[in-house]
Amino acid sequence: MKHRLAAIHRLVAGGLLATALALPAAALAVLSAAPALAQETPVRGGTMNIIVQPEPPLLVLGLNQQGPTQTVAGKIYQGLLTYDQKLNPMPSLAKSWTVSPDGLTYTFKLQENVKWHDGKPFTAKDVVFTTSKFLVETHPRGRAVFSRCSSITALDDQTVEFKLKEPFPAFIQAFEVSSAPMMPAHIYEGTDYRANPANATPIGTGPFKFKEWVKGSYIHLVRNDDYFKPGQPYLDGIYFRVIPDGVSRALALESGQVQQTQYSDVEPFDVPRLRQLPHLEMTTKGYEFVAPMSWLEINHRVKPLDDKRFRKAIAHAIDRTFIRDKIWFGLGRVPTGPINSVVKFHDPKVTVYEHSPDKAKQLLDEMGLKPGADGTRATVKVMPMPYGETWSRLGEYLKQALGKVGVKVVLESTDAGGWSQRVANWDYEITTNFLYQYGDPALGVARTYISDNIRKGVMFSNTMGYSNPKVDELFAGAAREIDPAKRQEMYSEVQRILTDEVPVVWLLEMEFPTFIDKRVKNANTTAIGVNDTYDDVYMTAK
Amino acid sequence: MLGLAQLFAGRLVKAAAILITIVVLNFLLVHAAPGDPAMVMAGEAGAADEQFVAQLRAQFGLDRPLTEQLATYVGKVVQGDLGYSYRQQRPVWDILWERLPATLLLTLTAFLLSLALGVLLGAFAAVQVGRWSDSAITVLALLAYATPIYWTGLMLSLLFAVELGWLPAFGYETIGAGYTGLDHALDVARHMVLPVVTLALFYMAAYARLTRASMLEVRGQDFVKTARAKGLGPLRIETRHVLRNAILPVITVAGIQAGQLVGGSILIETVFAWPGIGRLAFEAVLQRDYQVLLGIFLVTSVMVILFNILTDLLYGLIDPRIQVAR
Repeated sequence: MKHRLAAIHRLVAGGLLATALALPAAALAVLSAAPALAQETPVRGGTMNIIVQPEPPLLVLGLNQQGPTQTVAGKIYQGLLTYDQKLNPMPSLAKSWTVSPDGLTYTFKLQENVKWHDGKPFTAKDVVFTTSKFLVETHPRGRAVFSRCSSITALDDQTVEFKLKEPFPAFIQAFEVSSAPMMPAHIYEGTDYRANPANATPIGTGPFKFKEWVKGSYIHLVRNDDYFKPGQPYLDGIYFRVIPDGVSRALALESGQVQQTQYSDVEPFDVPRLRQLPHLEMTTKGYEFVAPMSWLEINHRVKPLDDKRFRKAIAHAIDRTFIRDKIWFGLGRVPTGPINSVVKFHDPKVTVYEHSPDKAKQLLDEMGLKPGADGTRATVKVMPMPYGETWSRLGEYLKQALGKVGVKVVLESTDAGGWSQRVANWDYEITTNFLYQYGDPALGVARTYISDNIRKGVMFSNTMGYSNPKVDELFAGAAREIDPAKRQEMYSEVQRILTDEVPVVWLLEMEFPTFIDKRVKNANTTAIGVNDTYDDVYMTAK
Repeated sequence: MLGLAQLFAGRLVKAAAILITIVVLNFLLVHAAPGDPAMVMAGEAGAADEQFVAQLRAQFGLDRPLTEQLATYVGKVVQGDLGYSYRQQRPVWDILWERLPATLLLTLTAFLLSLALGVLLGAFAAVQVGRWSDSAITVLALLAYATPIYWTGLMLSLLFAVELGWLPAFGYETIGAGYTGLDHALDVARHMVLPVVTLALFYMAAYARLTRASMLEVRGQDFVKTARAKGLGPLRIETRHVLRNAILPVITVAGIQAGQLVGGSILIETVFAWPGIGRLAFEAVLQRDYQVLLGIFLVTSVMVILFNILTDLLYGLIDPRIQVAR
């Protein structure tokens, strides 16, 4: 109890120091912590078992940002900030921060008494090293964000100042653990980061330390007794268990051998059954930061896909509610446009494409695509993502739905390597894809639609080849604008243009099911959910 | 005996030539698949730019011409170096060495068990031909052979691990229990039961059917009648005369299967989360982890060649009429 109170005091203190930007966050943190406080005192001890799938290639988060790596390494490493489920920043390694009124200077005060797992102190020097040297070398997202800085300076051991070349209000969203994991300067400075022998035994500041990794079997993390929050973490350790088969993962959850699954560990068709189990809690919260949006990606270099009427026809031909309910078993929300509704600046007042095969046919007629003798108006190749059975089912549905309006679908199959290769090199007609939005349209949405980002050979760029100077201008303007109202205006306009031109057909604001054993308390409370530190997670007795 | 040594040496020389060919072919095949490890890793990261992919390619050596990569790889393999997995940041040999024991433990146990049980059941069925026990064994064998191994595994797991709770459902050991010595061995043995039984059931069925059919054929031959006429006991006739002559086809099949032991069983290792080499191979394919994949191919090829030689030698031992050919 005492420790918990101490932690809350620190949160409040941090909030008082912070600017208006940070205030609601601190207030919210207190609010969300209050019910837990009223319920019971955290229990110390216990070991959690969490599924990790697929097995990460390595755990150094600065070098590898795969989903499973984040879930494990998010307990070992920390960012300066974390975010509540409304995406407001909250303290992590930074206890407070200020933003200058011109939006050009961000100053972070660091927590005191933070130590690396090897006992060396964590200071502002590490922050400067990480953001000005390490991440710009190794981390594609980090590179894009921190190259906007004109200077990154350690004012003293506990204070870091970032100066931006031009205002970039999304900057404050770029400090969670996978976007900017703090890396130890004393280990990496002056070395070849990727070849550093220390990569086998990751050293972070987080509440859990790396203990052992039996490849193909499990990763074992143990409590960091020198963690800067006194008395925390509560758990003795965490085992991340590699179970490659989906049915076996569901069995492990059912039989209580693991206490948590996340992301795509459980196939959507298993979700309704597992939800019924009395010892498990299912939630789709905790993915607000990634806020995945899936779509039909359409290559505008191929006729007739370059015609927006054809793309609108596709949007009308498919029933997205059916897709959500029958293919994703109710997981997800039907999107209105390019920005996920949990992300800031989402605007629902846009052109909406209801399911209407008649409208689709009308649009195709307008284009002069009349049905041939066998009823076929056009033939397109669809290559579903090779990421599990759900996407293949979606491919089969598309074949049916588009067939009904006279668009014949030829399904192509591939594996992960082949898919990336073909999409990045524009060698496709239609594929399915989903991208994370990282809390702000400037970080996760613009990249798909701006013409600067048409780059052959690069995955997750504007691979459709969509180009509209007005869209480029609006995204660039909104990224620089510090007045939230003006930003909203620009993002609203860009959403209206994009929904009219349908560069891609948005399918689903995806939700992932997280299953957590009811004995586990306080897990999954922020916008980064399962990737957070778990320093306040505890388990009650059976 | 000199003949045997000569044969062995000759076979080894041939084997070396075959191996080099296999290495080159595998290398070209693996690189013919679309995409490369850098592309896969960019895909997994969910974000990428030119620099990210270019850095990875340079690090993996993928920016060199293919012929140069091939020459480098063959040069290393000849010196016994299987290369380096940049994805896992470890030498391939270390990765394989870590996974091999689990696979061999699983597949060798299943192999020996299935061979012993299969031959025993098959011989018993042949002796009892036409009786109810023969029918029972035949039906059981057919069932085990026809059921998909994946499904058998899941059903056994559901029954014995989930419903009855007698055995662990998956994994290699009880994680976090910290057993040592005999306790550890027992723990691993408990985890082995389900995967071994699943795998063994399938192969046992094949051996049982083969043994039964082959024995029935031999029993009809004249020398068996002669043996019976000489007044030999039925047990001696069945074992020394019939089984010994009937076992050759079983050994042929077993030899082929033994060569595949290292490849393991991808399905079994996946269903039971067994940390073996089959799963490693499967993941390496998807991740285009070229060096790991080539390493597994190489080790598997060596095993196939070795077991082929062994099988040939075994033929001669069991049936002295078979001369070792030069």
